[in-house]
Amino acid sequence: MGDTSLLRTPLYDLHVELGAKMVPFAGYDMPVQYPLGVLKEHLHTREKAGLFDVSHMGQVRLRGADIDAVIKALEALVPGDIAALAPGRIRYTMFTNDQAGILDDLMVTRFDDHLYVVINAGCKVDDLAHLKAGLPAGVEIEYLGDDAGLLALQGPAAATVMARLLPEAATLGFMSARTATIQGIPVQISRSGYTGEDGYEISVGAADAEKLARLLLAEPEVEAIGLGARDSLRLEAGLCLYGHDIDTGTSPVEAVLTWTISKRRRTEGGFPGAAIVQAQLAEGPARKRVGIQPEGKAPAREHTEIQDLDGNRIGEITSGGFGPTAGGPVAMGYVTAASAAVGTRVQLIVRGKALPATVAALPFAPHRYFKG
Amino acid sequence: MTIRFTQDHEWIKLDGDVATVGITDYAQQALGDVVFVEVPEAGRELTKGKDAAVVESVKAASEVYAPVDGTVVEGNAAVADEPSLVNTDPEGAGWFFKMKIKDMAQFEALLDEAAYKSFIAGL
Repeated sequence: MGDTSLLRTPLYDLHVELGAKMVPFAGYDMPVQYPLGVLKEHLHTREKAGLFDVSHMGQVRLRGADIDAVIKALEALVPGDIAALAPGRIRYTMFTNDQAGILDDLMVTRFDDHLYVVINAGCKVDDLAHLKAGLPAGVEIEYLGDDAGLLALQGPAAATVMARLLPEAATLGFMSARTATIQGIPVQISRSGYTGEDGYEISVGAADAEKLARLLLAEPEVEAIGLGARDSLRLEAGLCLYGHDIDTGTSPVEAVLTWTISKRRRTEGGFPGAAIVQAQLAEGPARKRVGIQPEGKAPAREHTEIQDLDGNRIGEITSGGFGPTAGGPVAMGYVTAASAAVGTRVQLIVRGKALPATVAALPFAPHRYFKG
Repeated sequence: MTIRFTQDHEWIKLDGDVATVGITDYAQQALGDVVFVEVPEAGRELTKGKDAAVVESVKAASEVYAPVDGTVVEGNAAVADEPSLVNTDPEGAGWFFKMKIKDMAQFEALLDEAAYKSFIAGL
């Protein structure tokens, strides 16, 4: 069993042992679900805690003699306010191109002497080339490798579970990170995630990843969760999936990610596509990413056409499916600005039939991040 | 009562001149948690190999094809209301529709239980 052309994360053997159904994803052989199944894995994460293997994502450290120069260099590639980050703080931003399209979305953590960046698995090769081409020679790009470990522990019980292994994790602020040692294992732990729940993302070396995963799975609240539930969890949380909800054809303004661009960066610009972003901020974008709530039971999947009530095409679904916590279908997509107000009635063309739906506020499941 | 199967993982059970159609246990396991089912209305004419019903799991939407030509007698309202019946009782309460078969030769030509079992064993 197993496709040998695919990369494996350090948890591959553990996934197989746990009975995961493995599928190819972004060049890796990844667990899409475990015997519990997508629905129960999703609900378990919202009720207790789920452990996700996200080692397929790219981890990069950017270093230089002068951290401020490294920050300035990265700001030339992203609209996020990296200079405003205090040491140990994290920001979500995106690589943009000259047309203000999104090349990838990423998390940037500022440490005292370097920046730590997490990029999407499917964009790793392009992102690394983009960094190499776009950063000055004085910035060293350290890719942690195709087998570096990255685990996510997500859910309302995540903090309780983590505190048993690492007491200081309990008070770690949302979107903050630090280095630590868990039973002799050196880790870097962040209070962040992709489910809308409280939780952590833990970077760990390949050699220790399985040991750490087993420690977490041994806690009674924790179940292993696959990519299937990861997708439905992030969809209910209204979070974008690169290549679906955002790509080179969507700008951060159209994607309604303007909250990631500070006043200084809006004013100063200085990132690829800044003039377009500034114009869209001033005039409003022609289309916007919105939540879509189908009225019936039928899920509306990606690429489903969205029409106004007169049958005019106004956009399409970019992510859609069944939301286990919502208890029915949920979706997001792009619609023309005129139809983007919450409550606007639209119709979705599913298998040739027009199904009623409404533009809905995101998220579908309220965010429950740590506010301590 | 005679049962036949298709290579698309539907079962069709004959009782008198009415056949009940559903998807197999193998199919429901491959689909995972079923969250939406659309069944045909009574009176609809079905053509062998063409769309008859829809089944969607958390992961994806799939078509259920008509195993033979015929006319729908009843769609299963219970499974449309509670799609998880497809997972819990695929070859019982999770049936999709009942139909009158137009040509019994089409039914007889489908896979019998032994042939279907050996078919899925080879997948």
